Amino acid sequence: MNNIPKINRLKPLRHLAWGALAIVVAASAGHLAWRTLYPSTEPARVVVTGEALIKSQFSLIDHTGQRVSELDYRDRWQLVFFGFTYCPDICPTTLSYVANILDLLGGDADHVAPLFITVDPARDTQEVMAEYVSVFHPQLIGLTGTEAEVASAAQSFRVFFEKRTDETAPDGYLMAHSGYIYLMTPDGKYEAIFLEGRETPETVAEQIQLRIEKENRS
Amino acid sequence: MKPFLVVLALALLPGIALANDAIQISAAWARASILPSRPGAAYLTLQSDQGDRLLDVTSPIAKTIMIHQVLQSDGVSRMLHLPTLDLQPGQALAMAPGHLHLMMLGLTEKLVEGTEFPLVLQFENAGEVSVNVSVLGIAALGPAEVDQ
Ligand SMILES: [Cu+2]
Repeated sequence: MNNIPKINRLKPLRHLAWGALAIVVAASAGHLAWRTLYPSTEPARVVVTGEALIKSQFSLIDHTGQRVSELDYRDRWQLVFFGFTYCPDICPTTLSYVANILDLLGGDADHVAPLFITVDPARDTQEVMAEYVSVFHPQLIGLTGTEAEVASAAQSFRVFFEKRTDETAPDGYLMAHSGYIYLMTPDGKYEAIFLEGRETPETVAEQIQLRIEKENRS
Repeated sequence: MKPFLVVLALALLPGIALANDAIQISAAWARASILPSRPGAAYLTLQSDQGDRLLDVTSPIAKTIMIHQVLQSDGVSRMLHLPTLDLQPGQALAMAPGHLHLMMLGLTEKLVEGTEFPLVLQFENAGEVSVNVSVLGIAALGPAEVDQ
């Protein structure tokens, strides 16, 4: 297998990934310290440090082919997560977790923009995303773009991902990525973070509903 | 004629391991795939009284099958390729989403819910064992009797 052109192509991404990794490492240390100090605090509020830096800012193509940015969803709470369609184990679990949350929200799901951003845009084209997201939930929005656009979106969420060359993998690489699900305010600010397996879909739906109600009252 | 039919009937039973009883294979299932060009994930529960080692997995419907362990730390998940899988004597090893799966690459067909496909497992002691795998839903977490 010829890895050389791939490595060259990935170089800019690597730098970004390492930058993001440094942030994740720093954030993880804070997160751990927090968990040790306050082991039984409400999970949904336990967040990585540097959360103020997390913001929703992107320019991507949605699964219907439209160029979109965070401004297109400013009337809704954003539920943002990253993944890729070559991932048959973790990603379908996360997508159906989000689909469950949307079902539990019922009519309130109209106040939520569930955004699934691929970290593998080379293979996850708009057509692939359209076919993929529709299987999980009709309201789910799939986003892709160029590698630079996706890297920039991941950076605005402080999301770590990497491409690792692996000769046995399809197309010679495997991806690792963060499975966090970010709840962002309608104006694109960080609100909360969730993780499949840590919070039940019921808890997440409740957390979102509380915020929608609060907003409606004010 | 009759013994032949019995053997044939046994061979057609899903999820039952054939060839020998040195190894027990149960709960053989896979997730349905969405796009035929994407890999699939299959899961098995393996147990050997004497202990054994899974060396290789093949299927007529996949080009390559790899044993993948999922490592998750602080929300970042990664698939790690394991060349072989050790079975401790008498201890059931249950593959499950988010933990351990058989990554099926280069599928000749989409895995469709409700269908089955064969897997051939090569063990160090038990030799070659075939099993039929049931395809469940796209985000299934396991067969109902294992899940509940
Ligand atoms: Cu895998």
